[in-house]
Amino acid sequence: MANLTLVQAINLALVQEMEKDDRVIILGEDVGLNGGVFRVTEGLHKRFGGDRVVDSPLAESGIIGTSVGLAMAGLRPVPEIQFEGFLGPAYDQICTHAARMRTRTRGALTVPMTIRVPVGGGIHAPELHSDSPESIYTHTPGLKVVMPASPYDAKGLLISAIRDPDPVIYFEPKRIYRAFREEVPEDEYTIPIGKARVVAEGEEMTVISWGASVVQCMSAIEKSDRSIELIDLRTISPIDMETIETSVKKTGRVVIVHEAPKTCGVGAELSARIMEHCFLYLEAPVQRVTGFDTIMPYYKLELEYLPDTERISKAIDEVAVY
Amino acid sequence: MPITKAFTTEIDYVSILDEHGNFDAQLGSDLISNDELVQLYEQMLTSRRFDEVAFKLQRSGRMGTYPQNMGQEATSLGAAFALEPHDWLVPCYRENTGLFHRGLPMEYILLHWMGDERGNQIPRELFMTPLAIPIGTQMLHATGLAWASKYRGESNIACTFFGDGATSEGDFHEAMNFAANLDIPVIFFCQNNHWAISVPGHIQCSAPTVAQRGVAYGMDCVQCDGNDIFAVTKVVKDAAQRARDNNRPTFIEAVTYRLGDHTTADDARRYRDEEEVEMWKTRDPMIRMRDHLKSLNLWNDSKEAAATEKAETLVAEAVKRAEEIAEQPVSEIFDSMYNTIDDPEMIRQRQTMRTSSIGQDPTQVESTEQVN
Ligand SMILES: Cc1ncc(C[n+]2csc(CCOP(=O)(O)OP(=O)(O)O)c2C)c(N)n1
Ligand SMILES: [Mg+2]
Repeated sequence: MANLTLVQAINLALVQEMEKDDRVIILGEDVGLNGGVFRVTEGLHKRFGGDRVVDSPLAESGIIGTSVGLAMAGLRPVPEIQFEGFLGPAYDQICTHAARMRTRTRGALTVPMTIRVPVGGGIHAPELHSDSPESIYTHTPGLKVVMPASPYDAKGLLISAIRDPDPVIYFEPKRIYRAFREEVPEDEYTIPIGKARVVAEGEEMTVISWGASVVQCMSAIEKSDRSIELIDLRTISPIDMETIETSVKKTGRVVIVHEAPKTCGVGAELSARIMEHCFLYLEAPVQRVTGFDTIMPYYKLELEYLPDTERISKAIDEVAVY
Repeated sequence: MPITKAFTTEIDYVSILDEHGNFDAQLGSDLISNDELVQLYEQMLTSRRFDEVAFKLQRSGRMGTYPQNMGQEATSLGAAFALEPHDWLVPCYRENTGLFHRGLPMEYILLHWMGDERGNQIPRELFMTPLAIPIGTQMLHATGLAWASKYRGESNIACTFFGDGATSEGDFHEAMNFAANLDIPVIFFCQNNHWAISVPGHIQCSAPTVAQRGVAYGMDCVQCDGNDIFAVTKVVKDAAQRARDNNRPTFIEAVTYRLGDHTTADDARRYRDEEEVEMWKTRDPMIRMRDHLKSLNLWNDSKEAAATEKAETLVAEAVKRAEEIAEQPVSEIFDSMYNTIDDPEMIRQRQTMRTSSIGQDPTQVESTEQVN
């Protein structure tokens, strides 16, 4: 057991999967000698060599498009897109090809790849280094979307993603890359894709979140004297409705928190599903605390944009007394 | 049938003032007047000073990530000098010197890296687009800008700047193909500084020159010494002529070097040899230009001291203007989203950003008064 940051936990998962399975290869911009701009792939180039840890040309469509080919040939590519803001050029290859290959060939060709992407705001980064585009990919059938909120989950989820027979987008919340450490077992373990985590149990209300916002929710909950259940989604697609349903039927009140803009954010889907599954149990309308329906501002105003403890606490109070 | 040559080509390399002080008078004599030369040198000096100060601002927590321009001053400066004031400059983010030459107040660049969109609110009459963070995307915009001026029968052209890494992106190739096949008066100016963060040039282009990428699109292309302001001026002037006279694009590869880290978030010692950097320091465009000015008796140590002091003042004033700019109202993040904001949901979000959790329509929440 070691006390690791999220970055180190991901690194450990990559090392162990690469040791175990020579079909696993990494490609992307600056992932080799430099160890990635966040040092997530630190040491891997030295350990596994340039054939398995590949500094690619600067082309996101190329990185994902060739990964689709590598995966169809039976390898397990783990491409990295340097920041979520640069998924744009890769969108076509992800949504038009990776997501559809299994269906359109009726299973003859499949794309078992894991696209690693740092995501989200709060680190004073330049433009296009702070967005939260998870709902775009959640809205794309054929993809799985994962976002860990802790080092322990980061390792277990990444191993599951790499072994998954379908394309997975593995979003890494960069705000908590090094924000805290956690005991992460050296031994191999997996966190199943599609299973949420109940972070704290409570009776009066359910707060649902994922990624770096989970940390914000935890501090809002600590400040409240109400009994609140916190669910970290961990996997955004597919959504673990069982865990949500059990919780909401118990509490009857829900607050959803995410960094992405409100309109058509994943919160909208969760809210609709809660209506479908738990309508008769609800004591209050489902409340969302999200980014605004604007472009993610440059960093001077980013903290005004991101859901903070204050806004989450307000929502908790509003929903509690409804 | 014998095999014949379908096509052969050669790529010109243009150098006028090399790092040893050799000057090709035949090519260089009428390009830049002595007065202009002094001015250009002073602008380089100011830009270099700006770079140092910006670096320190980042290190002391007064600014976010910043990409140093150090060592590449001659490229964008020579290009901006060779173009007309109404030609579009479509930059990446290592073209400060050229943008300042055009007249961009220095605080705009500072504001951009200080995380303030007002750094992109560039006056229209400067004919420049804001810094492009997504690599390799702006060349298509330059092509469109130049296309519009051709369509309207106007004389201005566009010049777009980008790095060696950017030539790997698909959009770059699409821009080149549009421009060549639709006869668009645009100049593609590649600053080949040998690195794309930690990735060396041969991963982006394994041909002997980057310049020859233009050949494949059927456009004129040329390689020049990017640390030689004369060579840059010449190749851009020639390209501008071709664009204005015949609507033909040109691809220019200016060979230069990134003397600093990629940005303040980078540590280049992890991936490149100090020896390489030391070698390129001897090719610094500023040293070369200063020595040339001295050889023409246009420069001396006291002029250098005076110019340095002036540069320090100019930069200090720009920093002050950037740091003392009025605070933006938080609602600013909504105000420029559309020409008019009439979506009631957005209006509500804007009005209640700090007073509500934003989730609900207040008419649904009788109880909000109790908690506000
Ligand atoms: C589309 C896109 N992908 C990745 C990045 C991250 N990134 C920023 S600069 C850079 C390297 C750029 O290299 P080059 O084009 O040679 O320009 P230079 O920085 O050397 O001037 C990378 C990969 C980005 N900004 N945009
Ligand atoms: Mg470069």
